[in-house]
Amino acid sequence: MTCGQEQWLHGYFDGELDAVRAAEFESHLEACTACAQALAAQEELRRALGAADLYARAPAALRARVRAELPRSPTAGAPRAARWLLAAAAALVLASLASFALWRALPTGRDDVAEHELARQVLDAHLRSLQPTHLTDVASTDQHTVKPWFDGKLDFAPAVVDLAPDGFPLVGGRLDVVGGRSVAALVYARRKHVINVFVWPSEKAGADLRSGGEHGYTWIQWTRSGMRFWAVSDLAAADLEEFARRLSAS
Amino acid sequence: MADSEEQQRFEALVVPHLDAAHNLARWLVRRDAEAQDLAQEAMLRAYRFFGGFRGGDARAWLLKIVRNTCYTWLANARGAGQEEEFDEAQHVVAEETPESLAIAGAERERLARALEGLPPRSREVLVLRELEGCSYKEIAEITGVPIGTVMSSLSRARDRLQKALGAEVRKAGP
Repeated sequence: MTCGQEQWLHGYFDGELDAVRAAEFESHLEACTACAQALAAQEELRRALGAADLYARAPAALRARVRAELPRSPTAGAPRAARWLLAAAAALVLASLASFALWRALPTGRDDVAEHELARQVLDAHLRSLQPTHLTDVASTDQHTVKPWFDGKLDFAPAVVDLAPDGFPLVGGRLDVVGGRSVAALVYARRKHVINVFVWPSEKAGADLRSGGEHGYTWIQWTRSGMRFWAVSDLAAADLEEFARRLSAS
Repeated sequence: MADSEEQQRFEALVVPHLDAAHNLARWLVRRDAEAQDLAQEAMLRAYRFFGGFRGGDARAWLLKIVRNTCYTWLANARGAGQEEEFDEAQHVVAEETPESLAIAGAERERLARALEGLPPRSREVLVLRELEGCSYKEIAEITGVPIGTVMSSLSRARDRLQKALGAEVRKAGP
């Protein structure tokens, strides 16, 4: 490969190029088969690495040892319930920090204000869902189990697709509240990261993906076929974008 | 770190990244027992130095300590002759599994072996990017290199991994 552009391939693949450079490389890809093939090979490698589940989580024994070794803090010896309360309090603090930061970033347009308010609520709902036992009401990797579970619980039927072949397995679903209405929350996983997708009907016309984020959390939202979608996660922005593209194309 | 507010902050910000600490240690030292010891040591070290944490990305801050702890161990182990040439046979675990699982297991084994055979600097950028999902900025912070060189390190590491996997296929083939 001596097209002079191959140096940008990995930055493009990882979503780390600035918009101008990324657009340049994208148009280069149409002309350069060597780069297009190299990119396909990288995608294949990433798919294989993701499918192999190589992530080495900390064993329970290590977790216990670390807890025992850390000097006693007010929480270390507290009963489990108290620790959960503390974790919930910490999440609330984080959530309110995040809300505050988003609020600070408020632009002036009326739609933008509404969007930021929604972003704040979606982020809050994501953080709430990470509390123990809050993530799913129906835990299943089977889309044919998750979809009917919503029947009768909502005034609409969300489409439920498993994206396991793309490296984003479905974990389950639950009911949640965003913008004062009941919404469907679909839960997906990527490695150890959780992705929440909030879905509700919308009268807005179809719109392209829009994204934002705060405090290490990223959200992407779009509207399609009369439905509004918000995906939120602590995944790298490029990974969440890949997820959103696959979900919106499915 | 005496005051309990700091302790709570540590437990809220740093301890949740124990999985990330263990994962990086496991792939850097390639041994299960030592990875647990080193992840624990790094966590305690982080606890002691938490006063020096100026806020920002707690995971990157912890992983930087994990990395230093592991490299120190690797250097000492090499000096003491403990870190012998990586012995493949020692790390291949043959398990009896149903056929479908066995195929997935074989593929996992093939990738794990290829990754473990790479030089540590290549291994760590791949683990951070592909398993941990770190951005270039985070990788730069953890590994202490300018952000501009992360892309070329990753490019080199991925080339190496692809070559290693190619070699695996040839070895396994007819």
